[in-house]
Amino acid sequence: MSNPQQLRYTKEHEWLSAAEDGVATVGITEYAANALGDVVYAQLPEVGGTVTEGETCGELESTKSVSDLYSPVSGEVVEANQDVVDDPSLVNSAPFEGGWLFKVRISAEPTDVLSAEDYAAFTHSDN
Amino acid sequence: MSTAPRLTALDALHRALGATMTDFAGWDMPLRYGSERDEHNAVRTRAGLFDLSHMGEITVTGPEAVKVLDYALVGNISTVGVGRARYTHICRADGGIVDDLIVYRLGEDEFMVVANASNAQVVLDAVTERAAGFDAEVRDDRDAYALIAVQGPESPGILKSVTDADLDGLKYYAGLPGTVAGVPALIARTGYTGEDGFELFVAPEHAVRLWEALTEAGAGVGLVPAGLSCRDTLRLEAGMPLYGHELSTSLTPFDAGLGRVVKFEKEGDFVGRAALEAAAERAAANPPRKLVGLIAEGRRVPRAGFPVVSGGEVIGEVTSGAPSPTLGRPIAMAYVDAAHAAPGTSGVGVDIRGTHEAYEVVALPFYKRQK
Repeated sequence: MSNPQQLRYTKEHEWLSAAEDGVATVGITEYAANALGDVVYAQLPEVGGTVTEGETCGELESTKSVSDLYSPVSGEVVEANQDVVDDPSLVNSAPFEGGWLFKVRISAEPTDVLSAEDYAAFTHSDN
Repeated sequence: MSTAPRLTALDALHRALGATMTDFAGWDMPLRYGSERDEHNAVRTRAGLFDLSHMGEITVTGPEAVKVLDYALVGNISTVGVGRARYTHICRADGGIVDDLIVYRLGEDEFMVVANASNAQVVLDAVTERAAGFDAEVRDDRDAYALIAVQGPESPGILKSVTDADLDGLKYYAGLPGTVAGVPALIARTGYTGEDGFELFVAPEHAVRLWEALTEAGAGVGLVPAGLSCRDTLRLEAGMPLYGHELSTSLTPFDAGLGRVVKFEKEGDFVGRAALEAAAERAAANPPRKLVGLIAEGRRVPRAGFPVVSGGEVIGEVTSGAPSPTLGRPIAMAYVDAAHAAPGTSGVGVDIRGTHEAYEVVALPFYKRQK
């Protein structure tokens, strides 16, 4: 699997896009989606609420388990992906595209994110 | 403890198929090959191929083999005909369930007992100990068999194309020796999915050949390899108990709603008889918690150990839960107080990480195939 070069990553397996007009998109990686199995339920942070880097802001439930969703960055949630709420399998089928989870107006630059290359090395060592 | 997991004879095949592997009872087993939901639906509508080589086979032979099993287990094994199989339990002296088993009568004096992988050693030890003084031999045959299951509505047609055995004459819960894809196999019409299907016990050195032949035979009708993950959702929909979830040493068969497997009418003593007679009386006088089905009104999934609640009170506990691919909603099995066990009982919920989610109480199973 390939991790898009332009994204940044966390050790909790979220990805974060570059901010456009201060707003960045968050999702989980293909690696994480594969590890979870079929995602059947997504609880996403509420629009208008705030998220804090490294803290839980939702949950993803798969056939076998439930996983906390951590925010890779701090800021205000401006959009949650209703398509994923309606059809959580998008997280599996298109984790870097239609399966994005929420958009956040960044209040501070993230401090604990990895490049695509470093994330690839991390997940390799994680195996 | 860091013992290397055991590998089945099909291990290289699973890896070549891209399976996600998982440790299960000390074995490295395929969890899923792709989407577990697709595998589940394939078994319900077409067919799935499972490697179940982790199951524990124990052979009991000899003139008093049947007496050993009548004494060691709670079922009436002497009434099982040659070529038939029986679901039963092995209990402790205090009535607690050690494991649930399938016993195949292969000959007048030859039986194969199939135990769950996680309990195979404890069952082997118990049967061996209980056979003392009888004219019979208990043999550990865990390494003698690989086990491949083909399950689903297309499975009879698939198997027919690779065997001359009389499958039409093979009833549900029966087994006979035969040849499949050129290799000797014990062919059993059993399974754990709620579908028609077969379990094929073969020598490990023949497992790859059998798997490949079945894969080829099923290619045209949509047979897919299927992992343990979908096996669990299939058995849950079919309302079948799983040891460690619905069954445990802290429950007697009467507490588990399976008192019918205990046969007091059989001749002679058996391990657990006195305790089980007391448990039967207790259950009759004061109904224990009942195993029921729960169907979610929402989408959050109940998991084993979550409290079942009503009016702010805990009235039971979830034993197994998963999103049901067939129903399209989360489902669970749970033990609940008898007062709340009737199908349609209102006001029942499951405490999912602090939130009480509404659930409908239903009779098991959730899914029954059309015959």
